[in-house]
Amino acid sequence: MKKWTRRAFIGAGVLAGGTLVIGIAIRPGNRSSKVAGLIASEGETVMNVWLKIAPDNTVTAIIPHAEMGQGVHTALAMMLADEMDADWSKVKFQEAPADKEYANFTLLKGFVAGNATFPKFMEGTIDGVFLTAVKSLNFQITGGSASVRFTGQQAMRIAGAAAKSMLMQAAADTWKVPMEELTAKNSIINHPSSQRSSTFAELAPAAVKVNIPTQPKLKSPEEFTLMGTSQPRFDIPAKVTGEAKFGMDVQVPGMKYATIKAAPVFGSKVKSVNTTVSSGQQGVKKILNLGDAVAVIADGFWQAKITLDALPIEFETTENSGLNQEEIMDRYRKAMDIDLAEGNLDTHFKDGDAITALEQAAILVEAEYQLPFLAHATMEPMNCTAWVHDGKCELWCGSQNPLGVRAAAAELLEIDIDQVTVHNQLLGGGFGRRSETDVMKQAILIAKEVDYPVKLIWSREEDTQHDVYREATISRMKAGLDQSGLPIAYAHQFIFKHHPPEAADIPYSIPNQLIQYSSPGSHVPWGNWRSVDHSTHGFLTESFIDEIAHAAKQDPFAYRKSLTKDNSRFQRVLDLVYEKSNWGTPLPANWGRGIAIAQSFGSIVAEVAEVEVGIDGKVKVHRVVCAVDPGFAIHPNGFIAQMESGIIYGLAAAMTGEITIENGAVAQGNFHNYPVTRMNEAPKIETHIINSGNPPGGGGEPSTPVIAPAVTNAIFDATGIRIRQFPISKNDLRASIRPTT
Amino acid sequence: MTSLTINGKEYKVNASEGIPLLWVIREQCGLTGTKFGCGIAQCGACTVHLDGQPVRSCVTPAVSAEGKNITTIEGIAPDKNTLHVVQQAWIEEQTPQCGYCQSGQIMSAVALLNENPSPSDEEIDAAMSGNICRCGMYGRIKSAIKRASATLQSSSAL
Repeated sequence: MKKWTRRAFIGAGVLAGGTLVIGIAIRPGNRSSKVAGLIASEGETVMNVWLKIAPDNTVTAIIPHAEMGQGVHTALAMMLADEMDADWSKVKFQEAPADKEYANFTLLKGFVAGNATFPKFMEGTIDGVFLTAVKSLNFQITGGSASVRFTGQQAMRIAGAAAKSMLMQAAADTWKVPMEELTAKNSIINHPSSQRSSTFAELAPAAVKVNIPTQPKLKSPEEFTLMGTSQPRFDIPAKVTGEAKFGMDVQVPGMKYATIKAAPVFGSKVKSVNTTVSSGQQGVKKILNLGDAVAVIADGFWQAKITLDALPIEFETTENSGLNQEEIMDRYRKAMDIDLAEGNLDTHFKDGDAITALEQAAILVEAEYQLPFLAHATMEPMNCTAWVHDGKCELWCGSQNPLGVRAAAAELLEIDIDQVTVHNQLLGGGFGRRSETDVMKQAILIAKEVDYPVKLIWSREEDTQHDVYREATISRMKAGLDQSGLPIAYAHQFIFKHHPPEAADIPYSIPNQLIQYSSPGSHVPWGNWRSVDHSTHGFLTESFIDEIAHAAKQDPFAYRKSLTKDNSRFQRVLDLVYEKSNWGTPLPANWGRGIAIAQSFGSIVAEVAEVEVGIDGKVKVHRVVCAVDPGFAIHPNGFIAQMESGIIYGLAAAMTGEITIENGAVAQGNFHNYPVTRMNEAPKIETHIINSGNPPGGGGEPSTPVIAPAVTNAIFDATGIRIRQFPISKNDLRASIRPTT
Repeated sequence: MTSLTINGKEYKVNASEGIPLLWVIREQCGLTGTKFGCGIAQCGACTVHLDGQPVRSCVTPAVSAEGKNITTIEGIAPDKNTLHVVQQAWIEEQTPQCGYCQSGQIMSAVALLNENPSPSDEEIDAAMSGNICRCGMYGRIKSAIKRASATLQSSSAL
């Protein structure tokens, strides 16, 4: 057994691959006619599935991920170009087609393997096993903060390095010189001693016939020329001129528009609707009863919308039609009680004997937390353009999982997946919502009824009320401390476990732990919400450890530090956030500072929030200092932007985010009653990166889990009030305010 | 048929039934830079200028724009090869993430700077808080406005 360290991970992939290299990361391009057909134009040489070289010496990186503002097209192209020593000014990118050839082998392997230990005998076959699994799952996801750390590390870098090696071999063969005497720079191979040089493009036809190296040498960080720099993002210029094309902006000749109203109560059906188009309904083409939803097709969205709004629709009553939020939470509580009483809790983690240790503790800390359902509220409402014709299906949409969309379409229409084409567009926000296929399936069902393309657009209300939601949860937490304030026991009973599997783990060295959960279920559909289970557990763990620190009468920063002594990365991140936030220095009356730290998706993030609670009880977050160890930030400016984004996203949820169920349906509909953070409410954010040299961590999600506890811990510091129920805006803080005269 | 002037160009459109300007601009004129976000003037993604004033096109009846100069994101650059100062600042600050709200943000920012070439932080907050950015790029939007403001100051000083 051996630990898969960063170097070993790449090395093992290459060595054992064998399989990784030949099977996946640098499968030959031109020799696979299927791949060439998918990505190449006339005259271009496909070096491997991840890159091609054009006659004008342009290198194009093929990126198997969707762009939703995280800068993935730029960062991954940089990783490939750096290893290849390509001229960055001549590097382009192309989003990979939604095809099994680009299924996320590396991503799934990264998730499953991570830093896990594999039995030696499996190493040779592990890649093949994963490839089969990924292809059969139709998994081409952009999510899990995974693009750089898995695809970038294991496909892009290796592909770039291998291509360079093949080009050098071709030059060595042509010039009859040893390969060791060659250098590569700016897309040119040089032989300095004979002053010969050739461009990548000139060498490409010969290079593609060279045997693929099984061990392309990767650069060490000191050799990086692009990785670690902040190159201007490819996607930005079109986003300031209005030219950038999102799913919403697709225009297909002959296209009509549709909008939809699904049964408000999840799982309910349409009972009755008159689908006859009357002569007074100008521009309306068709009214469709889809069983669980009604759609209107018209010449424009507006005609479709006003027709749908005016249409009397009766929906079936279900067992959930009278259900309210309070009852859902009561059901959860009862399920937790029953599971506890009957010994039916599932165990997430157990160490020692927490029950006995809690009984023996000198100080007992107990808290119950309650968190609401949350919607995603992407800026671009859900939409998809579909055209079903001649046994084929064409789709235009912004998807975090275009291959999954293809598979879903094929299944729905009972046609071969090869008959389905997905034209993936820019995503106007993803946050996990756009990994679903529900909207595309609706668009297909609508387009199937007509012989022209249809663009289905959801209203903001439909978007809010038919999202897939982060769970509403209840958590019961207990800790036992000894006389000195040191924790000797920790018990956490939570509900719902999705992923990542380690989210409920705590980073603190506390003996005697018992972490258990129930899965009561509800009729409200669940979905991946930025940072997924970390978004709840980051708050729960970091708020409760703050409660424990205060019960122990210790400084929350110092307490965290003392309980993570063995974790040098945590120690450095904590020290950095301490220094940059001026922790411990005086603040005005009714101001407070709060700290929180969590590791998720391979990155460790600590945040200190500075808040002011006004005389009206309103919370204003003035400043957030963020210290992060992502191992190595490939694109520092982009990484910082991701930290900022994750903080504002998590802040909006903590401050005002709440979806409630009334009569079985979502009560909120638009930004007036599902408010999000605006500029006047946004704190100043200062981000500081530690390049620790550890395996690269993710950027899209890890700053989100930490902001809520940093803010509520700061509110406690300012007011002495502990927020245990979200959103923060629902808590009355007025009584705590001290006069500031 | 109604006649609208958008970015200096005449468009003959069907503006019946109280149709908001947003849908006419996007679907009938094919100018898709202006975005649909909420439909009730809550998010600012649909911001355009009517005679230089920022309006939410999702709640502005198209007929009410007849006879006025409508400017969209496609129409603020001085010419084909030159970006507006605000657009340039947006690139230099690497402001957008997903980018969906940015047309509206830029239109609000341009209107602000036309009125007030050197706004304070508070004035920027006041002018821009009707524009939601779910990627949370508020800090960068503010920096870009200040950068554009500085550029305007230095060019007017010449």
